[in-house]
Amino acid sequence: MNEILQIKLLGIFSLGMDLGWALLMIPFLPLMGFLLLGLFGRKHMKQSAGIFATLLLSGSAFLSLHTAYGYFFKYGKLEGVYQKIIPIQFTWLQFSPGVSIDLGILLDPISVMMLVVVTFISLMVHIYSLAYMKGEERFPTYYSFLGLFTFSMLGLVMSSNIFQLYIFWELVGVSSFLLIGYYFDRPSAVAACKKAFIITRFADLGFLIGILILSFYAGTLDFNTLIEKLTSTESAEFKSIASASFIGISALTWALVLVFIGGAGKSALFPLHVWLPDAMEGPTPVSALIHAATMVVAGVFLVARLFPVFSMSEVALKVVSIIGIISALFAALIACTQTDIKRVLAYSTMSQIGFMMFSLGLSGQSGEGGLGFTAAMFHLFTHALFKALLFLGAGSVIHFIHSNEMKDMGGLRKYLPITHITFLIACLAISGVPPFAGFFSKEQILLTAYHHNVTIYWIALATSGLTSFYMFRLYFSIFWKKEYIVHGDAHGEGGFVMMMPLILLSLGAAAAGFIPFGNLVSADGKVLESVFHLQFSIAPVALGLLGIFTAMWMYKNESNRPDNIAHSLNSFYKLAYHKFYVDELYLFVTKKVLFSLVGRPAAWFDKNVVNGLINASGNSTVFISEKVKGFQSGKVQQYAIYFLAGVIGLAVLFIYIWK
Amino acid sequence: MMEPGLNHILFISTALFFIGIFGFLTRRNLITMLMSIELVLNSVNINFVAFNKYLWPHKLDGLFFSIFVIAIAAAEAAVAIAIIINLYRSHQSIDVENAEDLKF
Repeated sequence: MNEILQIKLLGIFSLGMDLGWALLMIPFLPLMGFLLLGLFGRKHMKQSAGIFATLLLSGSAFLSLHTAYGYFFKYGKLEGVYQKIIPIQFTWLQFSPGVSIDLGILLDPISVMMLVVVTFISLMVHIYSLAYMKGEERFPTYYSFLGLFTFSMLGLVMSSNIFQLYIFWELVGVSSFLLIGYYFDRPSAVAACKKAFIITRFADLGFLIGILILSFYAGTLDFNTLIEKLTSTESAEFKSIASASFIGISALTWALVLVFIGGAGKSALFPLHVWLPDAMEGPTPVSALIHAATMVVAGVFLVARLFPVFSMSEVALKVVSIIGIISALFAALIACTQTDIKRVLAYSTMSQIGFMMFSLGLSGQSGEGGLGFTAAMFHLFTHALFKALLFLGAGSVIHFIHSNEMKDMGGLRKYLPITHITFLIACLAISGVPPFAGFFSKEQILLTAYHHNVTIYWIALATSGLTSFYMFRLYFSIFWKKEYIVHGDAHGEGGFVMMMPLILLSLGAAAAGFIPFGNLVSADGKVLESVFHLQFSIAPVALGLLGIFTAMWMYKNESNRPDNIAHSLNSFYKLAYHKFYVDELYLFVTKKVLFSLVGRPAAWFDKNVVNGLINASGNSTVFISEKVKGFQSGKVQQYAIYFLAGVIGLAVLFIYIWK
Repeated sequence: MMEPGLNHILFISTALFFIGIFGFLTRRNLITMLMSIELVLNSVNINFVAFNKYLWPHKLDGLFFSIFVIAIAAAEAAVAIAIIINLYRSHQSIDVENAEDLKF
């Protein structure tokens, strides 16, 4: 294996010595921004911080595009199959001759695609924030955190081994925590960032255990070797992990399910999703970058990265697909009832990630069966574009109106024309209306479901109808519904700096569907012929349009129809409005069960038994010393009496008793 | 007239020793306490000389020892008086009741 890598490595360098350096620069430019702005930003770069970070990131974005072009069209392919290339690798921690932790860069279609997505979205957010965050007290800090996040996310997607991925996984968690809590003077933001961090950390415990099981059996942490060892049914490693079992389930399945729990926590899948809507307390561009386009799809990326191993375990794939479809439907139902526009978008994100997950769960490993894998990656790509666009559009609405609540909006299309058009494009894209990007990717996902699991297909179809309903509910409530009356002096849309990212992203959301994705990204690296079935598309598109028209009928003009419908669905509406009481359930479990049954007794034991023992030894020392200290009175003659008594005592002892 | 024996001399020496101890324990004046210590030392000297004379008349060890003790006593008196003078300077008194600073 290593020899093959060596040859590949030499091959890369013969293509150009600069490739390794270029690849290294992609994550290190944002890291440099983080360090410089974090150390000197607040004193010396108060004004220029944004420009500086944006320039660094545009360098990184350029290098990623360059890498993607090179990988997909020049050196990536070997005999029609995209290779997994490791251009840079070195041993970091050597435990014993066989066991070591390496650091390296792994290039394969999904990591290259993620490079482009992350740097592009991040660049858009950097530019957008120049205007959106202008005048903030901690402007340089904001940009340094963005740099930290971009660095860690790029490191995550390029990691060549699972331990390195785990390190960056935690780093993105930290930067997400820092950015959600950016407005640390708001108690709600502080609560939200703690919630996000604790829930994802809790899920990462599962991930870590999964990593340990996998690497224990495979004897390596390296992705390529690990996948190679655990996917051939002949190998000793595979036999041992498949035969070992715990409570009747094989170690392989356990490991994969645990890894998936980590991914589900990061990707806000049911039931670990509760942090994502609260994370909307962060600045809106941050929501666009972290909580819509990049970090939350890390779970999908993780499953895709280990996909060959996942496909060895039926049960694990089943878990992935079931959790995926539950999250998709569940979040879509909640999204229909929320009134905070960012929360609607957050639930929509969760729903779309559910789509990607079940698509992965239903996918096969190679050939035609691998459609689900390609579809999930394709949807990840298009979703990043249109969801970032939606969030940035929502940002400019919030910027204009200074509120997140739908009831404060309406009739904004005259005041925010560009935002209106781009938002509409994004809504059409997410609803799956041809020819926008979402249509193509969602179509592939539905096709996968149709071929593999009809129940999931029907649920997914209904969910995609719901998707277009709640997106257009949002759209009509913001831009139509009623005439907007300007109070005081209304400022415009935020100028060119804020509009440019919207326009670029809307171009992407409109056209990205035409990328022949099957040619570039597939489960086995070979070209996947994407067949387009016209008849198949009729049902999803018709349902999407139905959703749009329903939303139009209910929300285009002010009427009491929404209230009537909500009334007629009384208890169900309330259930969805209260997010199916999952938060309350968590509170119940933590406060009533964990705190009172585990926490309090443990605290009592600590206070009374552990502390009591320590205090008892201290107190007895004090007691004894109080008694003894009287001997040392300072009176010389008293000492002399003791001395005399001692001498007499000894004399008696020696003369009469000891003889 | 009866020749005084070893026992008589030991009786005197013991009496002297306890007179010294009594003085040391009851007197409050440091100079008097020092004098009591001298009594104790002299009782020891008497013992040395008496044992030397009555038990080993051909040797001189006991005499040497008593001379040695006298020398030590002189040195000790010098040190003690120096301490007493310093105590007087700081406390304006040489009463042992007032020198109680070195306690817990």
